[in-house]
Amino acid sequence: MGERTRAYRVLVGSRLRSQLAYRRSFAMDLLGSGAIGLLEFAEVYVIFANIDVLGELDFAAAALLFALANIGFSLADTVIGHVDQLPTYLRQGTLDAFLLRPLPVLAQLVTSDVSLRRLGRTALAGAILVVSLLMNDIDWTAAHVALLVIAVLSGTAIFAALFVCAAAVQFWLVEGAEFANAFTYGGAYAAQYPASIFSVPMRVLFTFVVPSAFTAYLPVLVLLDLEGPAGLPQWLGWCTPLAAVGIWAVALGGWRAGLRHYTGAGS
Amino acid sequence: MTEPIIDVHDLRREFTVRSPAGRLRRTRTVVPAVDGLTFALETGSATGYIGANGAGKSTTIKMLTGILVPTSGTVRTCELDPVRRRKVLARRIGVVFGQRTQLWWDLPLRESFRTLAAIHRLEDRAWQARRDELVDRLDLGTFLDTPVRQLSLGQRIRGEIAAALLHSPRLLILDEPTIGLDVLSKERLRVFLSEQRDLHGTTLLLTTHDMDDVQRLTERIIVVDHGRMAYDGTLPGLAARVGAERVMVLDLVDPVASLEGVPGTRVVAVESDGLRHRLAFGPEQTTAGAILEAVGTRGQVRDLTIEEPDIEDVVRRLYRAHSYHDHQQQARRS
Repeated sequence: MGERTRAYRVLVGSRLRSQLAYRRSFAMDLLGSGAIGLLEFAEVYVIFANIDVLGELDFAAAALLFALANIGFSLADTVIGHVDQLPTYLRQGTLDAFLLRPLPVLAQLVTSDVSLRRLGRTALAGAILVVSLLMNDIDWTAAHVALLVIAVLSGTAIFAALFVCAAAVQFWLVEGAEFANAFTYGGAYAAQYPASIFSVPMRVLFTFVVPSAFTAYLPVLVLLDLEGPAGLPQWLGWCTPLAAVGIWAVALGGWRAGLRHYTGAGS
Repeated sequence: MTEPIIDVHDLRREFTVRSPAGRLRRTRTVVPAVDGLTFALETGSATGYIGANGAGKSTTIKMLTGILVPTSGTVRTCELDPVRRRKVLARRIGVVFGQRTQLWWDLPLRESFRTLAAIHRLEDRAWQARRDELVDRLDLGTFLDTPVRQLSLGQRIRGEIAAALLHSPRLLILDEPTIGLDVLSKERLRVFLSEQRDLHGTTLLLTTHDMDDVQRLTERIIVVDHGRMAYDGTLPGLAARVGAERVMVLDLVDPVASLEGVPGTRVVAVESDGLRHRLAFGPEQTTAGAILEAVGTRGQVRDLTIEEPDIEDVVRRLYRAHSYHDHQQQARRS
């Protein structure tokens, strides 16, 4: 095991060192990433300055939703967010270099970069999470604690899988970054609002096609013991890991097909 | 007989090119990049793989190394199917693309070597000894701790070659390794590569535009043209086959306006105000002795040298002999 992961540890280690080499610039990036998160949270705040309840959630609940969605997304973005830059890797021939090394291509792509600066947003979301957990009236059973942990982990996994899907699509679409972003960043944006405010087709899209509702909204329903809107019963909140497994299966299948398309083995 | 290190049979690779035709319709054209190549390379050999841009060299290399799947035909590299056994093959071959980097641009070479050793799961003592050998022979010592992005082209290429050889591959494939290098750097690289071959029996396959590379490094050349085999054999054999011209350089005691009209020759250039003349001649038309005799009637020859055929010219002639695309050659020239 140690021997197997050593290559990846060395790869990631070299990435980390190169980012921390310029400390002041890194600190600015970190702050910038946190500031963008803060701006988005301000949007939520503005909405609740005008209305008391949105999609059955009050401000405290919306803050919890925002925090969960953003922790998952920013962690995924930190670890794997660069994979949607696939066209750049293709153009520079980096992908060919990956194919000439005795490791899986996706694993090399994932470990080829780590964007620590995006942790700025994670830190902000973490702070909001703590505050919102105190503001909300949550029945702290063991099951609910476990759900919270599972939601964070699965949410991260779901967003990571969305990034891999976005990368896979770009084997076919040469300039497909915008299209792919609609699902990654679009999914993340949708995740921080209650799915009940969307029309039914959108709700289905962001639950069962792009499973971003699983990353935050559905677990929040369980934590606050709220009834879900039509089509999204509360118990779905416990199914976050299943959603993660499902979207990862799609992502890996898509990646495999994309790589086969690239090497010309037929699509 | 052991299996050849590279064994290619009736290899073909097509690309589909889509181009707009009218407002909505698009036409699909299938373009063969490699069109029925068959050849085998023996272990320990050194081969030059030559052809114009777009002749199919890079496509062939991608198929040999498992980056690209053939449309039809078979490839075996180091006794493996390159695409299906890509990861195993990666441990047995080293590949250098002269125009693309495989190093990490922000890492110094020392770190890159450490990372590559981990990727190839090399034993600490073994790879460190190998690294020291490469650092010594390629003279990398002075810039081992400089990030790759700050290296000069020559330094970077040496680093790339060291990186490709760190895991002691049996086969080294070089795609345009000397492109853009100055004469001295090229020379040092050639010395190093022949040395590696003598020392470790590394098989070499290189594509190049630099004919000195071919002359100095390889004993066999394969010329491809539009994806097809145009020639497979030795360099002198190629020159003889196309009837390549040699050039006689004559230095005269007194200037002569022109040496036009010496039987079997063609005036290539008159230099130094008529003191130096270059005459091209084919092996079938005349002999060096006959030329000398004919020139002797017009002026006294002080010195002479004979230049062997320029390989680029030889390849150009070979292409022209491939008559079916004569018109394309002319189109390119006009």
